[in-house]
Amino acid sequence: MPQLNFADFPPQLVWLAISFVILYIAMAKIAIPRISEVLEGRQDRIAKDLDEARRLSEESEQAKTEYEAALEEARSKAHTMVAGLKAELAKEQDASKAELEAKLADNAKAAEESIANAKETALANVKSIAGEAAKAAVSKLVSLDVSDADLNAAVEANLKGKA
Amino acid sequence: MAEGHSPLAQFEIKRLVEMNVGGVDVSFTNSSLFMIIVIAAITLFLTLSMRGRAMVPGRMQSMAELSYEFIANMLKENVGSEGRKYFPFIFSVFMFVLFCNLIGMIPYSFTVTSHIIVTFGLAATVFVTVTLVGIFRHGFKFLSFFVPSDVPAVLLVLLVPIEIISYFVRPISLSVRLFANMLAGHTLLKVFGAFVIALSWWGGWVPLAFITALTGLEFLVAFLQAYVFAILSCLYLNDAIHLHH
Repeated sequence: MPQLNFADFPPQLVWLAISFVILYIAMAKIAIPRISEVLEGRQDRIAKDLDEARRLSEESEQAKTEYEAALEEARSKAHTMVAGLKAELAKEQDASKAELEAKLADNAKAAEESIANAKETALANVKSIAGEAAKAAVSKLVSLDVSDADLNAAVEANLKGKA
Repeated sequence: MAEGHSPLAQFEIKRLVEMNVGGVDVSFTNSSLFMIIVIAAITLFLTLSMRGRAMVPGRMQSMAELSYEFIANMLKENVGSEGRKYFPFIFSVFMFVLFCNLIGMIPYSFTVTSHIIVTFGLAATVFVTVTLVGIFRHGFKFLSFFVPSDVPAVLLVLLVPIEIISYFVRPISLSVRLFANMLAGHTLLKVFGAFVIALSWWGGWVPLAFITALTGLEFLVAFLQAYVFAILSCLYLNDAIHLHH
């Protein structure tokens, strides 16, 4: 069995030592740093990409909240605008109503006044017409000329008595 | 059977360049040649495949990264973060054994790991390294590794020698396991190869089919033995670092 030939042991051990030391140095100094560099680079890249994605998602979240806030603000602004407009319209309406009422009241008052005037003139006319009629009746009945002063006094006394 | 056709002829050490330094035979043999081929292949494989340093790896780069991560995870799971320092060592051991086994599968090549002295040299390197790690980490306390805890004092008389023997048997079991697997596999392939020739074209097909299947199995064994060698090295390292079973 060639494996048990002791004369072959020293060269194999010596060359095993030489080649293993060379291999160890090559691995430790060249191959392993190179591979770990690539793997770490990839790890970093993945971590960076994840961070970037997180940042972007946060940004979009923020934009969303901002948009919602703006929307809310616009809505409330519109609400106040509508409310203001409503109030203004109501005020205007109230004002025109009041004006109208005042005008109506004025008209009513003027009408009442004119009615009162007409009544007064009519009453005055009634006095004079009654006097005239009484005077004419008296002169016709008794053919006596009654003075205007007496007539007026009589009419007044008559009106007062009736009143 | 002629000497050249013996199933063991493939394990013959041939001196390619006779050398002698200070009375020690350091001849460059076929074994030495294949060791050099192995370390060259490992270095070229790992450096050339990583040459692109691609963010998205190609096939070769994936294989290099896979072998790196395979050993890195093995070390992390079996030893923990303290094992990080010994990664180049475990990685070199694993790659050396794996490539020796795989290159040995090429017809007419030489399987370095089919020699007990080579596997023993590797196992002894692991053993000495691990023992030194234990001594440097724990000093005198390292000896407590041989004293099992929670055991009656009477039993210690029996258990301590067993622990010591089992510790010193480690390099032997580690080397014999790899050597025996390689020796048996390659011998079996050769024996059945001889059957193919002996039975000629009318009967050689059966051993040929067997050889084909066996070759597939041998590739599995080549990988598995490298894996076993590396994981046992990790476990020994873990014992030396953490001092418990």
